[in-house]
Amino acid sequence: MMLPPTTLLIASLCGYAIGAVGGLLFMRREKLAAAFTFGVAALSASSSLLAGLFILAGAPPGANGPLDLLPPLIPYLKFTVRLDPLGAFFLVLVSVLGMAISIYSLGYARGFFGRKNVGVLGASYNALLLATTLLFAADNIWVFLIAWELMALTAFCLVSFEHEKPETRQAGVLFFIMSHIDAGCIIAGFLLLFQASGDYSFSSLHDIGARMSSGHRNAAFVLFLLGFGIKSGVVPLHVWLPVAHPVAPSNVSALMSGVLIKTGIYGLTRVCFDFLGPPPLGWGVTILAVGTVSAVLGVLYALMEHDLKRLLAYHSIENIGIILMGLGASLIFLHTGHPRLAALGLIAGMYHTINHASFKGLLFLGAGAVAQATHTRNMEEMGGLSKQMRETAFYFLVGAVAISALPPLNGFVSEWLTYQSLLQGFDVTESMWRLVFPLSGAMLALTGALAAACFVKAFGITFLGQPRSERAANAVEAAPSMRIGMALLTAVCVLLGLFPTAFIRLLDPLTQQLIGEQISQQLTVANGLALGSLSQNPGTISTLGMALTGICLLPIPLALWLIFGRKARKRRGPTWACGQPGLTPQMEYTATGFSKPVRMIFKALFQPRRDVQREYDFSPYFATTIRFESHIEEVFVERLYRPLRIWILRVSRRVRALQAGSIHAYLLYIFVTLLLLLLFAL
Amino acid sequence: MNLSLPAIIAQTALLLLLAPLLSGLIRNWKAKLQNRRGPRVWQLYFDLAKFWRKDMVISEHASWIFSFTPYVMFLTALAAGLMLPMVTAQAPLGLFGGVLALVGLLALGRFFLALGGLDPASAFGGMGSSREMTIAAIAEPAMMLAIFTLAIAAGSTSLSQIVMASQGPGWKFLDPSHALAFTAMFIVLLAETGRIPVDNPATHLELTMIHEAMLLEYSGRYLALIEWGASIKQLVLMALLANIFFPIGLAAETTPGTFALGLLWLVAKLLALAGAVVLVETCNAKLRLFRVPDLLSAAFILAMLALVSIFLFK
Repeated sequence: MMLPPTTLLIASLCGYAIGAVGGLLFMRREKLAAAFTFGVAALSASSSLLAGLFILAGAPPGANGPLDLLPPLIPYLKFTVRLDPLGAFFLVLVSVLGMAISIYSLGYARGFFGRKNVGVLGASYNALLLATTLLFAADNIWVFLIAWELMALTAFCLVSFEHEKPETRQAGVLFFIMSHIDAGCIIAGFLLLFQASGDYSFSSLHDIGARMSSGHRNAAFVLFLLGFGIKSGVVPLHVWLPVAHPVAPSNVSALMSGVLIKTGIYGLTRVCFDFLGPPPLGWGVTILAVGTVSAVLGVLYALMEHDLKRLLAYHSIENIGIILMGLGASLIFLHTGHPRLAALGLIAGMYHTINHASFKGLLFLGAGAVAQATHTRNMEEMGGLSKQMRETAFYFLVGAVAISALPPLNGFVSEWLTYQSLLQGFDVTESMWRLVFPLSGAMLALTGALAAACFVKAFGITFLGQPRSERAANAVEAAPSMRIGMALLTAVCVLLGLFPTAFIRLLDPLTQQLIGEQISQQLTVANGLALGSLSQNPGTISTLGMALTGICLLPIPLALWLIFGRKARKRRGPTWACGQPGLTPQMEYTATGFSKPVRMIFKALFQPRRDVQREYDFSPYFATTIRFESHIEEVFVERLYRPLRIWILRVSRRVRALQAGSIHAYLLYIFVTLLLLLLFAL
Repeated sequence: MNLSLPAIIAQTALLLLLAPLLSGLIRNWKAKLQNRRGPRVWQLYFDLAKFWRKDMVISEHASWIFSFTPYVMFLTALAAGLMLPMVTAQAPLGLFGGVLALVGLLALGRFFLALGGLDPASAFGGMGSSREMTIAAIAEPAMMLAIFTLAIAAGSTSLSQIVMASQGPGWKFLDPSHALAFTAMFIVLLAETGRIPVDNPATHLELTMIHEAMLLEYSGRYLALIEWGASIKQLVLMALLANIFFPIGLAAETTPGTFALGLLWLVAKLLALAGAVVLVETCNAKLRLFRVPDLLSAAFILAMLALVSIFLFK
């Protein structure tokens, strides 16, 4: 018997709840708590994965009708959930990641034994998954907002998990503040929608924008863009992301970068494609522009990082930008009346969403394994880890190739789809705005190439060469369950890369729901071997074909080896060090050195500051001691957030004068308020 | 669009055999232009044969990436070449990807080569990797804009479609968008193949090399694969430039006559392009590393103008 998707969904929600309660109950017995909470989370995630896949594979109608979670105790407050294709897609995303990360956490949590309370970690982790799953299934503004807030709070608990470090506490507070600004924007946006619809259910909000005045619509769009933009970390609202993601435990970082920031993408897609009705040109152009800027700046700042997890966090900003490029192009096509192209843009965005979840989750898990083995996140102290951590290195490499948009893995496929939709935008758009498309395409190329540079650095400095510190030299391979978790996500990256046409078929219900078009048939060329674009003379790619070509060509070098090189010997020798004996790790290229050319080329943006102090006896060329310090500050922190913070503090100091502690003043306030109210009533 | 095995085999053989000749020719001509005798045109074949026979010394710090890289570099260059219409208008593996896949495959080779440079823990390798990735990153937008200019005209990223659209009646080389995009792509070609003024393929001075710095630790069979792969990559990029901008003589159907004519045309175009590269290399000095971005941003601007001119003159 096939279980209906909603039953599976409810089962997984209950599972997470049990996991959360169990974590708190078994707080004193950490081994049990870890095994129970993460085991239950993995099971619940697999249940919700099935639910999502059933919907996307085309569940019978009626199987996914709305369902009340709780009896309506309070008027207006209905806890309705429903899985539509858009929600189901994101549910698949959170479930795949939740499953892999939970398995990984079984081993990873051991790093906290005897040091931190693993029960609380497991409980908050389950609660976070519960909130996220609920968010994607919400069919009602109330449920959505409650899930949203629950998600922010549990994520805050997890970010601040290692709160004994001041850095973590500051990051937690910043995350908390930004989460609440975004929640505020979203509530305001929903109020505007509610004003037009008069009902809280999502079905009543469908195309509500058509009934709103254009001023209200635009205001709602801006509010949602701000709110969901903060959540997904678009530039310039991203400041919290590179601070908060690295300090959380690595399994949580993977979940945050893989899924949590995607809730912003989910919200934006839901609002722009489902609620707000036919979009004006400006919306699409705004989202495309914001996406382009986020992509380029995200990767540029990522290149400057030598903290492995911060580097990955900045890459999340970049990839959110790439996702938004697809969505923005799609909105423009909706405006110009090309629904099939709009579906292509949407597919590009959604494909990149799940790709980013898989490879970024994988990379964060890899970084977590490395950080646990070396007790540092600083790449300058790593090196040579591919010898002790062979498997982790391999998984990280797969993730690095995928995120750098190199064929034949999944990042390449979704960026190819993005290029295709940008390319066709030029022809269908009138006016100067059409130049936006090729320019975004060029910036996407820059982003991809810089990302490749960044991951040569991240992988090369961390895993290759000589170990740069004692801790790196003594690193040991990660626990088996951690490797299984990473292997799962590696498999997802490879499968999504090699079999895009099979996956795109699952997106048909989604584009049908939001745009009213199904285009997977048109995108499939040569019996599913190749992926096509929608134009008349389609460009095609086949990642599977490329991989097979490589394998088929492999006999050429092997044959030459057999013919010519049979007698050639292979031996090990020292690396060339200009004839000097003894190559030390200090002679290796560093992460900072690696990115120096980029820092110099883009110095107008980075404004690097360097401070060199030399002590010498007779000539500066023979320094006895040398101290080098180099620093870059993010331009937004410096130019936007710092003045804003100063201004807010100044205003609050003024306002504080109101609350002087004098009872007379307070009585006066009450009196004046009363008078004003009376006047108002008249 | 179907895959024909003879075409694939023929093009693979063409790529493998023609690439060393083209590199040798450029070296020889360059020497002649500088009043040197220079190496023989066939020298690279002898070099490769020698490298294959030689013993290898692998750095004791190197991991499996080091041994994996030469194969990736060689196979990606070859696979990229199979996606390019060289003699016939239909690329043998055009179904598997167009211009974006070609660029992507070359980037994959570069990614691994840069890792191979970092692997033996030498400072030179790291320096080469860092510079190679940086220059590739700033060359990429110019290349992509130039490609977009052609792809927009053809309505497709498939190289066969681009070539056929350029073969149509409207083709004029002096069309502003065409000429500008060609100039931009030519600059990118110089950067991507490591030619003066961006990189000096003849140098072995540690501090100035880029491509060569990454290969310092390679020897024997691995060096042969990388050198060969690099020369195939050069052939692929030059043939790309030759065929998408001058699509003359590409055989529409595969009869022996058209095939031979197509081959002749390809060789003629490659010779002309090689001559241009040699002239540029001889007339210019290598730029300082931090002047290279200026050159590449000039290419970006040219490609941008090419796009705007489509917009203006269409």
